[in-house]
Amino acid sequence: MPEAGTLERPTTREEAWRYADGAWLAQAPVDYLQHWGTVEVPPGETKHFNAFTHSGPQASGGSVRRTRVHVGAGGRYEHFEILASGADYSRVELEVTLDQGAHFEFGGVIIGNRASRQEFVTRVIHRAPDATSNQVVRAVQAGQSTGNYLGRIEVARDSQKTDAGQNFRAILLNKGASANAKPELEIFADDVKCAHGAAIGQLDQAAAYYMAARGIPPEAARKLLVQAFIADALAAIDDRRIADRMLERTLEQLDGAGL
Amino acid sequence: MLQISDLHATVGEKPILKGLTLTVPAGEVHAIMGPNGAGKSTLSYVLGGRPGYEVTGGSVTFNGQDLLELEPHERAAAGLFLGFQYPVEIPGVSNVQFLREALNAQRKMRGEEPLSGGDFLKLAKEKAALLRLDMEMLKRPVNVGFSGGEKKRAEMVQMGILDPAFAVLDETDSGLDIDALKVVGKGINAIMRAPGKGVLLITHYQRLLDYVKPDRVHVLADGRIVQSGGPELALRLESEGYDAVMAPEAANA
Repeated sequence: MPEAGTLERPTTREEAWRYADGAWLAQAPVDYLQHWGTVEVPPGETKHFNAFTHSGPQASGGSVRRTRVHVGAGGRYEHFEILASGADYSRVELEVTLDQGAHFEFGGVIIGNRASRQEFVTRVIHRAPDATSNQVVRAVQAGQSTGNYLGRIEVARDSQKTDAGQNFRAILLNKGASANAKPELEIFADDVKCAHGAAIGQLDQAAAYYMAARGIPPEAARKLLVQAFIADALAAIDDRRIADRMLERTLEQLDGAGL
Repeated sequence: MLQISDLHATVGEKPILKGLTLTVPAGEVHAIMGPNGAGKSTLSYVLGGRPGYEVTGGSVTFNGQDLLELEPHERAAAGLFLGFQYPVEIPGVSNVQFLREALNAQRKMRGEEPLSGGDFLKLAKEKAALLRLDMEMLKRPVNVGFSGGEKKRAEMVQMGILDPAFAVLDETDSGLDIDALKVVGKGINAIMRAPGKGVLLITHYQRLLDYVKPDRVHVLADGRIVQSGGPELALRLESEGYDAVMAPEAANA
């Protein structure tokens, strides 16, 4: 284990930390910030990770969770996570290295309110041919909150037939809320498919009025629309009971936040 | 049942309705026809309370209630149904979920018990069959991937399920082929032809009126009703055109 003095403190001058909470980073313990967990998926096997992070209304401070994942040939890693923490700063970072024919599936949801700042940061390394990855992130921002998605995809030389997709959409419920998207592609192979998309907007007003015209009150309409919006990120969960439960808990958070 | 009196409305500062007066008694179907830009769709949105459509004068009374005082969802619960010229797509929300939520929200506002899942599905199946819409389509997201005709039939299924007292149907006939027009016309009659109900049909063409026979026909031009008559007025408009039928009116004015 390296000495604390040899570890560098990340700052918002670095690209991968540009939207982070600089003030919190400046005082957090360096070894905490530079700690990486690891997940090893053996060839041909599948590992799942489902998480729902939330905290009470009095939460403060920050949290950073960084994980390195290695997926062996033909293996799968599926990670679904909902960030609904009211803390000042929350960061979930994944660095996923894919061997031949491996797959990475990621669904992330950010529910932000008050002045929280939450982010998903992913770096997906397609280091061998035929690997695939699919990432869908949805952010619902209320109050003065900020939601970020920084997604980097690297395709190594000779990683032919790579198919990598990432899609980020955010809706801002209040003036003062914000979202940042930073897709990054680094491709050194020529026979690959890499798709990325990002959109930041408001709740669909035409749909909200259509619902009102059928008798659905504004709060219920908003809830239905938000539910439909975040469900995209959980659509790839095979076990629908898990998906439904995650969705339900997310909606409870929305209710609790008075959204 | 519906009394519109000297109604003025603007859309983004621009006056569109300029003193529109119209009464539809219970048990009647009235048709509104008129050239493009006359204010037909604006009238339907003003009645439905769509944001951006501002009433600057006049009144609308619905079953003795001041309609303009109510929020859009309260108007629906009071029994008003607005058929959209362009039904809206809502990805991620199924028709079944949407309509059950809508029906139970309306029932709640009226102080009625919510309908159970089973009873709701039975009702939905019955109305889908009436409009010859595959029940499978109701399990799909609202209007997503529906053809123009399917959207209009889905609107009428919604109307059947919600069972409103009064329907304002804005060009429900557009985008329908002849067979679908017949199905939709029959559906409107089955759902809305009743002593305590009323319909305001907004249309460009006579053809829907072959299936849904209007009691009265009104011509809307430049934000006002300029002429009213029986069903024969629609036939005259169809054969002679708006200019010819409206010309004597303009000459008198």
